[in-house]
Amino acid sequence: MFISRVFFVNVVVAMTMLFSAVAVQANGKVSYLQVGVFSDKAAARNIIQQLESSGFNAEQRTIDMIGRPAVVVLIGPFERTSQALYDQRRLRDIGWPATVKRFTPLPKPRPSTFRATASGSLTAELRSFVDDPLYAEQHGSTASLAIQPEFHLSWNDRKSSLTFVPFVRVGDEDEERNHVDVRELMWINAMGDWELRLGVGKVFWGVTESLHLVDVINQVDLVESPDGEEKLGQPMLNLSRFTDWGTWDLFVLPLFRERTYASINGRLRAPLVVDTDMDALYESDDEEKHIDWAVRWSHYIGDWDIGLSHFSGTSREPVFEDKNIVMNSSGQLVILPTYNLIDQTGLTLQALLGDWAWKLEATSTKEKDQRYMQAVAGFEYTHVGVFDSSMDLGLLLEYLYDDRDESAPGPFEDDVMLGLRWVFNDMQSSEILMGAISDLDGGAISSSVEASRRLGQSWKLALEYRGTSSLESADRAYILRNDDYFQLELGYFF
Amino acid sequence: MHMPNKYFMVSLLLTAFLSPLNVSAQTPEQRGLEISQEADRRGNGFDDFRAEMEMILKNRRGDESRRFIRVLGLEVDGDGDKGMSIFDEPADVKGTAMLTYSHKVETDDQWLYLPALKRVKRIASRNKSGPYMGSEFAYEDLGSQEVEKYTYKYLRDEVFQGMDCFVVERYPVDKYSGYTRQVTWIDKTEYRPQRTDYYDRKNGLLKTLTFIGYKKYLENHWRPDEMFMENHQTGKTTRIVWKNYRFRTGLKDSDFQVNDLKRAR
Repeated sequence: MFISRVFFVNVVVAMTMLFSAVAVQANGKVSYLQVGVFSDKAAARNIIQQLESSGFNAEQRTIDMIGRPAVVVLIGPFERTSQALYDQRRLRDIGWPATVKRFTPLPKPRPSTFRATASGSLTAELRSFVDDPLYAEQHGSTASLAIQPEFHLSWNDRKSSLTFVPFVRVGDEDEERNHVDVRELMWINAMGDWELRLGVGKVFWGVTESLHLVDVINQVDLVESPDGEEKLGQPMLNLSRFTDWGTWDLFVLPLFRERTYASINGRLRAPLVVDTDMDALYESDDEEKHIDWAVRWSHYIGDWDIGLSHFSGTSREPVFEDKNIVMNSSGQLVILPTYNLIDQTGLTLQALLGDWAWKLEATSTKEKDQRYMQAVAGFEYTHVGVFDSSMDLGLLLEYLYDDRDESAPGPFEDDVMLGLRWVFNDMQSSEILMGAISDLDGGAISSSVEASRRLGQSWKLALEYRGTSSLESADRAYILRNDDYFQLELGYFF
Repeated sequence: MHMPNKYFMVSLLLTAFLSPLNVSAQTPEQRGLEISQEADRRGNGFDDFRAEMEMILKNRRGDESRRFIRVLGLEVDGDGDKGMSIFDEPADVKGTAMLTYSHKVETDDQWLYLPALKRVKRIASRNKSGPYMGSEFAYEDLGSQEVEKYTYKYLRDEVFQGMDCFVVERYPVDKYSGYTRQVTWIDKTEYRPQRTDYYDRKNGLLKTLTFIGYKKYLENHWRPDEMFMENHQTGKTTRIVWKNYRFRTGLKDSDFQVNDLKRAR
């Protein structure tokens, strides 16, 4: 170190004069601080490192010095000479004398914004039913493994990307739950105020917690979870335009996905198995190739969020009629779903007012010759820092409405959801969500508990309970009376 | 407001007597505000930045948990900064992104993107006093530190870790803040915060934040390499290690839109 320092000083003395003569005050040159000229590249590298670790913006230039290459170590560029003089004093303080010189600034190398990542999760699931099955073919407890890797490429400073997320479940007693899906295979290209998405993906528009009426783009992957929150990937073309008065979305949906249903061995099903291997029935002659479309406008004004959407195409929600009961190839009586064409207008509204979040989702749907309205409205009140701790406690109350009353295909037509969200805000991101939906007419209650906690850095443990109670044979959820279950999930995330 | 002549004369005399000692005749509040404004002025002008941040969380027993977060920031003329945080680790929250529009006085606007659901959720910045990612940093500790968010009082001069410092106390304006007051040590040469003591709602000493290893970027922008937060009441600590600071990277307002959250990772 000492020797190289002496050598460097000598070189500097000799070279500064030579170099000053070379440094012409030409156009486009800006101030730099010249720390020294080195014939030894390693020594120059070492000094640059030292300077950088002291917070200086150091760079090097290779020059020709009497036929031999030499390295000039510079600090800069500085927009103003005064800034250079300021840094010159700082350099002197830490023992590096430097002179102000003018150089042509190097064109800034644009750092490559190409990013490739692979991540995902591997989750072991154990599902245990409280009661014996109602039907002889149905299984008891079951264990399965789900893998969902995620491959992501992005370039052009994240403005373009390609994402591939396949999903596989294996090992379940219900062969319909052992399925493969492309959750996402999406090419995204953002151009200024426009964004184009092409491929398979998922779209979320909802604001409420108990039910998402407005989310009509994706089909429900019902075998994954009876709460309808798991979705199948939907092939789409989505063009978005961002303006000062909101976001405009156009969707073209060329291929319909059928809802998944439990097999004859599976739990959480009706007495009649919904056969998804046979062709489903459609109102449209184009069947699953009917081209659906949707538009949406969304905006936020102050504490208010608003979304208005319209969908025209094949309903994601099937209807089951007596004429749909058929014999399948193995001689069993099964039922087929009918997917009608619908026109659905949706509204979402949310207001964040202090501790209160007020929420509304409403749809008006024209199906066949009928027009009906559905709505979910309610609030979430959050008590921040409950019991003088860092935990948050949220209280949820929502009212679910369907103007078709008891003839509604879904279970919720005049119901109240009461929920409790307990967020621990701890290192393990522990969280508990409890909810109960009660039918105001019948008195049936479906309840659920979801709790999760991270273990270490890469593991996550989740416990879930779903059950129904005080059921009468007239209740729509009566068919699930023996299907209360506990579910334990251990996930590894990579 | 009739002032007896006698008192007027006395105060005049006193002022004359004291003025060589207290040239500017500032109140401690004015002095505190002035120091904070100068610190803010020196911190402005970076236009935009990108950085990576590693958070190391430790509890009293020494159990450790890490977060890896990419951060983008944009200066906004006449308003608070805009910021985007993208979570890379822990892996179960990978791709989660948060967008914040901070404002000088009004509450900040905040959105969270949950990649598993593809859900963009507007969140009430009301819970600013809550922990950030389970760490010892509250949202309000990491948010844009606008001058208008506090009132100030200069306390004293003090040497901290060999540096001549101003000690300034500040009081959050927002009633939802988790603190009654904060005491900050600001070095006199570069006006950088060196240490902050946080006092909880009951005015008990809650946390101490220490800024470690300041480096200069651009012409005159100082950023710490590390920020170390220690909770005196629970014994938990969080160390933030900043990496790869880059300034004036050409980020624009269009990079901080709600829609950008979905493409953030």
